[in-house]
Amino acid sequence: MDIVVLLKQVPDTETLIQIADDKASIRTEDVKWVINPYDEFAVEEALRIKEKHGGKVTILTMGPERAVESIRTALAMGADEGVLIDDPAAQGSDALGTAKVLTAALKETGYDLVIAGQRAVDDDGYQVPAAVAELLGIAQVSMVIKEEITDGKIRCERTIEGGTVVVETHLPAIFTTQRGINEPRYASLPGIMKAKKKPLVKKTLADLGVDPGEAGEARAKCRVKNLSFPPERSPGRIIEGETVEARAAELVRLLREEAKVI
Amino acid sequence: MAQGVLVFAEQVHGSFRKIAYEAVSEARRLADTLGERVTAVVLGSGVDGIAGELGKYGADKILVGDDPALADYTTDAYTNVLFDFVKDNDPGILLLGASSQGKDLSARLAARLEVGLAMDCIALRLDGEKLIATRPMYGGKVLAEVVLEGIPQMSAIRPNVMEIVEAARSGDVEMVAINTGVVKTRVVEKRVETASRVDLTEADVIVSGGRGMGGPDFSLLEELAEVLGGTVGASRSAVDEGWRPHSDQVGQTGKVVTPNLYIACGISGAIQHLAGMGSSKYIVAINKDQEAPIFKKADFGIVEDLFKAVPAIMDELKKLKG
Ligand SMILES: Cc1cc2nc3c(=O)[nH]c(=O)nc-3n(C[C@H](O)[C@H](O)[C@H](O)COP(=O)(O)OP(=O)(O)OC[C@H]3O[C@@H](n4cnc5c(N)ncnc54)[C@H](O)[C@@H]3O)c2cc1C
Ligand SMILES: Nc1ncnc2c1ncn2[C@@H]1O[C@H](COP(=O)(O)O)[C@@H](O)[C@H]1O
Repeated sequence: MDIVVLLKQVPDTETLIQIADDKASIRTEDVKWVINPYDEFAVEEALRIKEKHGGKVTILTMGPERAVESIRTALAMGADEGVLIDDPAAQGSDALGTAKVLTAALKETGYDLVIAGQRAVDDDGYQVPAAVAELLGIAQVSMVIKEEITDGKIRCERTIEGGTVVVETHLPAIFTTQRGINEPRYASLPGIMKAKKKPLVKKTLADLGVDPGEAGEARAKCRVKNLSFPPERSPGRIIEGETVEARAAELVRLLREEAKVI
Repeated sequence: MAQGVLVFAEQVHGSFRKIAYEAVSEARRLADTLGERVTAVVLGSGVDGIAGELGKYGADKILVGDDPALADYTTDAYTNVLFDFVKDNDPGILLLGASSQGKDLSARLAARLEVGLAMDCIALRLDGEKLIATRPMYGGKVLAEVVLEGIPQMSAIRPNVMEIVEAARSGDVEMVAINTGVVKTRVVEKRVETASRVDLTEADVIVSGGRGMGGPDFSLLEELAEVLGGTVGASRSAVDEGWRPHSDQVGQTGKVVTPNLYIACGISGAIQHLAGMGSSKYIVAINKDQEAPIFKKADFGIVEDLFKAVPAIMDELKKLKG
């Protein structure tokens, strides 16, 4: 089975985000880059499926040169091959542009199953996997916490508000991960050594036969005009009082009379 | 020419979700600014009876696609049908809710329509005819104003943020024949964990517990939530310990919540937790460590052992409620 993981490199969640001078992007100096946490679940799930059913796990990333590091990490976890699409013409792509590029690459790598994160924690977009599914004309199942593959069919348990539903579809299909699906393994030392020898190919849009006019900032249909910081919360008030009862009473009073939330 | 606001109103098992009212109210507000009409779309099976309700929130017209094949949400069927509605109505703006269903549906539909989609928006405004959407990025560390190309301009709004406004319209209901097209997915099972409980993403009050709970017994928080009409949430540490299910996790890799009141008990306030609850209207922190970062984000803090503070708050609330 050909399993492809869509992996994006994003700033570590601890990173202090700073707005760049153009007011529409963030400053990338001093950012620590990591695998999108949901994509880590995707890599782990791909490896488990491969362990069970056999096949090959390919990591597919569109991003700048530095993303090689994240692909290597996934290879060290156990993935077989990596593909990085690194092309300045793809920079600033929106979800649809990104999906067009990834789809072109998927047509080259081949795929029975595509696994992605439910969202990338940089743009918090929740869109690329659905767009890939649409362009490939395959089924998508989002926010999956459990899957089972039998006879060319996949059954996915997905989370919804207040419960879960189990959905069944035929392969090829794409699903996105939700926390709870697995605990990603760490790359072992031998894994890291092996990863250095695994194939990692770099491609441009031209290599994939994608017209540069199809992707990139100029073609983006969803564009950031302005970034700002959310209003600072005013520093909190620590409730003083002799006894815990007195402080509890004061809190309840504040919530009723000032905040009017209870 | 494209005109009007089309809004998808989500229902489950024959009742509208709160996000449906929020989306219709927001559609009304935008349409009033533009001097245009609001058309709501309801999809499901046996939903003709409830459709008229949307008039109360400002829908001029309600289109109903009622079919047994729409009883359960599937991406394919809903996308196929909603796509037809959009093509037939040619709206200038298309709104959905960014619930788990709405995120799945809006993303697929935007790709099919080949238009831009502003996902999980917390505010919308108009600059002439141009929709300007505000959406959090980087786990809420920044707010982005985004603009969209293509018609309709499409946005999915975050649950529990926009105001529900009653606007008393007649809301003419029209049944529309639908075609679900090719459907590749099938719902084989549904598990409702918490039928009686409001989902965290829709709750007005959330009482969350962290590692400071010291174990799986969250009954104290359950009680407090009950008295306040709220729902219990958890930090990732509490989930990792196996004390609470994954579905209770609030934060960057959990749920993003926007209640009126969030009470954090025994939670330190790590940046990934704040990413999930930082835009709550009021935050209360109960923590025995006065240096805990959560106090910097809390409107009100009590430095105390939660096992003493929470019962004291309960007693006080009981006095009030008599
Ligand atoms: C990629 C990534 C994603 C993450 N996603 C999330 C996420 O979605 N959600 C999330 O919550 N975390 C997330 N985390 C984890 C996060 O960094 C913190 O580790 C976690 O939030 C800490 O949980 P906590 O506050 O319950 O525990 P701790 O940090 O251990 O804090 C426990 C607090 O309880 C207090 N306490 C102890 N006993 C008592 C008592 N009896 N009474 C009162 N106070 C008491 C202590 O003073 C302390 O402040 C993520 C981390 C990473 C790296
Ligand atoms: N540039 C990219 N390269 C590879 N995969 C991506 C890229 N952007 C998004 N994805 C995938 O799509 C998921 C959702 O991303 P988003 O729609 O941006 O929130 C991510 O978790 C990845 O699996």
